[in-house]
Amino acid sequence: MNEQPGTSGLIFNEPLLWDKSRKGRCAMSLPKPDVERTLLDEHLTGDAPDLPQLSELDVVRHYTRLSQWNFGVDSGMYPLGSCTMKYNPKTNEVQAARQGFAAAHPFAGDMFSQGALKLMANLEHYLAKITGFDAVTLQPAAGAHGEFTGMLMIHAFHAKNGRQRSKIIIPDTAHGTNPASASLCGYESVNIKSGKNGILEPEAVAAIMDEDTAGIMVTNPNTLGLFESNIREIADIVHSKGGLVYGDGANMNAIMGIVKPGEVGIDILHLNLHKTFSTPHGGGGPGSGPVAVVKALEPFLPIPRIIKKLDTYEWVTDCPDTIGRIHTFYGHFGVMVRAYSYILSMGAKGLADASKLAVLNANYIKESLKGTLNLPYDRPCMHECVFNDLFQKETHITTMDMAKRLLDFGFHPPTVYFPMVVDGAFMVEPTETESKEDIDQFIDAVKAIAKEAKENPEKLKTAPLRPKVTRLDEVTAARKPCLRG
Amino acid sequence: MKEMKDLNLPDDVKYTKDHEWAKLSGDIVTIGINDYAQDQLGEIVFVELPEVGDEFDQGDEFGSVESVKAVSEIYLPIAGEIVEINAALEDAPELVNDSCYDTGWLIKLTPSDISQMDTLMDKTAYLDMLKG
Repeated sequence: MNEQPGTSGLIFNEPLLWDKSRKGRCAMSLPKPDVERTLLDEHLTGDAPDLPQLSELDVVRHYTRLSQWNFGVDSGMYPLGSCTMKYNPKTNEVQAARQGFAAAHPFAGDMFSQGALKLMANLEHYLAKITGFDAVTLQPAAGAHGEFTGMLMIHAFHAKNGRQRSKIIIPDTAHGTNPASASLCGYESVNIKSGKNGILEPEAVAAIMDEDTAGIMVTNPNTLGLFESNIREIADIVHSKGGLVYGDGANMNAIMGIVKPGEVGIDILHLNLHKTFSTPHGGGGPGSGPVAVVKALEPFLPIPRIIKKLDTYEWVTDCPDTIGRIHTFYGHFGVMVRAYSYILSMGAKGLADASKLAVLNANYIKESLKGTLNLPYDRPCMHECVFNDLFQKETHITTMDMAKRLLDFGFHPPTVYFPMVVDGAFMVEPTETESKEDIDQFIDAVKAIAKEAKENPEKLKTAPLRPKVTRLDEVTAARKPCLRG
Repeated sequence: MKEMKDLNLPDDVKYTKDHEWAKLSGDIVTIGINDYAQDQLGEIVFVELPEVGDEFDQGDEFGSVESVKAVSEIYLPIAGEIVEINAALEDAPELVNDSCYDTGWLIKLTPSDISQMDTLMDKTAYLDMLKG
């Protein structure tokens, strides 16, 4: 077996900043005042805020140590399925930190914001090109917010046509946020089971699609990492009854530059810039969930919208059918700069290559591990593959035990117990940025853990053993939660 | 997870397809989740129950059971009015794991149609259903 990245080492304890605080300790020396000291009027003063008093080194060590307890994609492989935890190239950060972008202020006015407006207009154009749609809004703050925006537009579309509908079809392989977004818009979600081979069957959609159904929400590739190859036929069925097709683009990393969702019958699609377009994800900062639409839905896009008049860019709000504003200003601008930087760095061919490599890596893992872990749907996958713990049931080892043990080997665990259509799911998404050597180490680690599951199951029950915090008592935490420090 | 043969399925209660049990004594029916359900859910951390006086139809969702793994809705085996809930579960949801037919019962009700008890499964029929 290759040498694994995970090892034991010195881990620092670190108290709260308030516990380290000592009266009078300070990180800077202020020059002696050159004017006479004058006390403020009494009713203007109050108790000082309770801030810790620390030296610069105290603060630096504090945050450095906390960062060492963390696991990020910069420290190791992060194969969290359905999340696309791809590496965020550092050039994105350099571009976003440029003075003109970092110091831009939304109240500066159009005249002083032409560069930022141009970047956003171009980004909308690129995203429309990549997805095959006619128009894009960058406003939504994240994926689920994009879904909600899309649902509002579907609602507005049916209202405009004079007859509101009551239901939305959602497959069992959809993201959990899909039914939530539909419910928030007042739609009832109608669940539909995928077929034996893990994808939607047109007959199943035809059986429940009616004229009270506003549309369908499809994640393609779905959460089993499988391409919904019947998408065009399903879209035709939904369209024939006057419904719309919503595409959840969270898994766009598998098809970027290869398939244009706008050309296979999808009417609205959200993207996750923080997944597919390499902007920070999770605790790394705010997200961004642009929504792309076909021409017929353009009038319903949120306002404001950016238009180009001759050589200048400006905001327009005069759109009578719009669903209105869904975010302050125009969404998370800093994230957009990073995504724009990524698109320009990669170029059209680079983006397509990224998807190809993401799919190749996932299939390599799927083939390498299919005898080690059970593979419920054994067919070519897209950017992620879903195993489960069926082979380990004999020794009562669960997906959770194996996921925890992976931490000891230096890998972030994959997504577990999702999608729910697979019992005990273990869902791996390596992304395109992992090298073959790193992927081989991961495969070796999973094989070693499967061996332990047979030979030394007790050890796995107590994993992880190497991180600062070992196995947490989740049961007591849930039964007797301690809600204050 | 228990093997089928290790499941504790008493003969004196009736079962539903959603893994609840119901037991008639006098004119009161006591209801809970069975051994298979508690075993599948794993360690239970919270039980949400209706209020005394609430009325439900047969098959209505009347609460939920939450474990570390999942939240699962629970459905009423027969129609009726809730007369008592197991208040001990608020502080000790683990009773459902430890003793699902005794101290881990969920609710008691007065049935609106006692003949609905006949629509439920006995142990043999329930086991057959589990084996599929």
